[in-house]
Amino acid sequence: MPTQNSARSYCLGIESTADDFGVAVVSFDGKVLSNANDAYTPKEGGIHPREAARHHAEVAEKVLSEAFETAAVKPQEISLVAFAQGPGLGPCLRTGATAARALASYLDVPLVGVNHCVGHIEIGKLATGATDPVTLYVSGGNTIVSAFEAGRYRIFGETLDIAMGNCLDVFARAVGIQQRKGAPFGAIVEQLARKGEKFVSLPYTVKGMDLSFSGLLTAAVSAFQSKKGSLDDVCFSLQEVAFSMLTEVTERALAHTEKPEVLLTGGVAANKKLQSMLEVIAEEHDARFCVVPLRLAADNGAMIAWAGILAYKSGISTPLEKSYVDVKWRLEDVYAPWVEG
Amino acid sequence: MLIKKGAEASLYLETWQNRQVIVKQRHPKRYRIPELDLMIRSQRTLHEPNIIHKAKEAGVPTPTIFRVDVAEAKILMEFVEGKQVKEVLDTVSSEERLRLSVLMGRMIGRLHKHGIIHGDLTTSNMILTPYGKIVFIDFGLSERSVELEPKGVDLHLMKRALQSTHYKHAKECFKAVMKGYAESVGDEEAKKVAAKIREIEKRGRYVADRE
Repeated sequence: MPTQNSARSYCLGIESTADDFGVAVVSFDGKVLSNANDAYTPKEGGIHPREAARHHAEVAEKVLSEAFETAAVKPQEISLVAFAQGPGLGPCLRTGATAARALASYLDVPLVGVNHCVGHIEIGKLATGATDPVTLYVSGGNTIVSAFEAGRYRIFGETLDIAMGNCLDVFARAVGIQQRKGAPFGAIVEQLARKGEKFVSLPYTVKGMDLSFSGLLTAAVSAFQSKKGSLDDVCFSLQEVAFSMLTEVTERALAHTEKPEVLLTGGVAANKKLQSMLEVIAEEHDARFCVVPLRLAADNGAMIAWAGILAYKSGISTPLEKSYVDVKWRLEDVYAPWVEG
Repeated sequence: MLIKKGAEASLYLETWQNRQVIVKQRHPKRYRIPELDLMIRSQRTLHEPNIIHKAKEAGVPTPTIFRVDVAEAKILMEFVEGKQVKEVLDTVSSEERLRLSVLMGRMIGRLHKHGIIHGDLTTSNMILTPYGKIVFIDFGLSERSVELEPKGVDLHLMKRALQSTHYKHAKECFKAVMKGYAESVGDEEAKKVAAKIREIEKRGRYVADRE
């Protein structure tokens, strides 16, 4: 039985909701000892769930070994296995879950199924010291503004169609940008946007507290194709419009909840432009602006391990028979007793 | 005089042509580039009076718009005398409470029947005038739609507002709201919307309300 807050109790976290297969070892007192990763890069187009799952299965052994080696922790020293149980792509999730179940059974330690979105929020809090933030979680698969209220991370606003990161990815592919290993589409769009000078008008869609990016995506692609501006200009305009939408909704949540912090997390959190816009509203509402460090921004095993530790410490574990994945598991369906504890 | 500072706009009570008026101004946002900022503020400054006018056509009392200044993103409108329904709903007699609830529902029904979704139905956005009318204010989040989903969400927000602010009478009040709603849109449509509200409640999204 692991002891609470012990630096010598370790959790193994497995993340496999989409294109990343990540494994990390995190100590119960919150030190990330290793955070290994191998991402599936499609030859063309977006993520093919089955191909990604095949990739995960192929690299699982390698990534697991790397996580143990870097952490200098033996498998026998692990006292908890956490895995991303949802939301995400079914085949990918099932690959990670299968590995987690096998390891937990073999090592005879408890298993915890973690909500991927909770993972992003908790790792952001751990890394920045935020305690009770309004969180903007933006990635390839999710776009959510949330804050903790009465036992759960409540959703104040979210995308009605595609995620922010997905919008950037699809745009980049549609205009012919080539993806490079280590340079996500979002990073390339950000670089090009810095050279943009002319603002091309694009649809700005905020409905109440919710956002929509699909019309913006279509309009941005067609603005480029019809030469309304250079690629730099369109990248610049796309970012300005999309990030203004995100910032507006985050500001409303901040004004409503009067929380002391704004936390930016998820893969798109790496974007400096988005960071600078949120910083402005945080300042205006006397809130501290926190942004997840780059190495923990994209999907990773550490966030799953840490969220697993938090849940486990508050008495939550997932029996094998209830460890099936939930591809549509919503953030606010997660009871989070550790937050107020 | 500043009377309310929201995330998007500020409300001022001012005197204009010897009468008290409300000035709603959408302030520039520093995080947006000026072109985009101006575009958003002017669009909304035009959209809101437009939809307020449509509401009047639908037979729902709303403030009179005196002036719209797009460049400054300012709307000058009637200051509606009266009290917020929020302040009075819990203190009036039970007959009056039911009358007010039915009236709110009837007005919401008229809006929806004319394809207007208010977007922020709370009892603080309704003013009870000394003559017993209810005036709907703040159409800042409103949109045009005839679909079931936004109607359901609109009424669901109303229900939530009642539950959080008027929890003692929330149940009877919402029942009366739906009665008034049915008077405006007809029983069949009201049933469809009610079913939609139940569906919305069952989504994880509003899970707090199920507990």
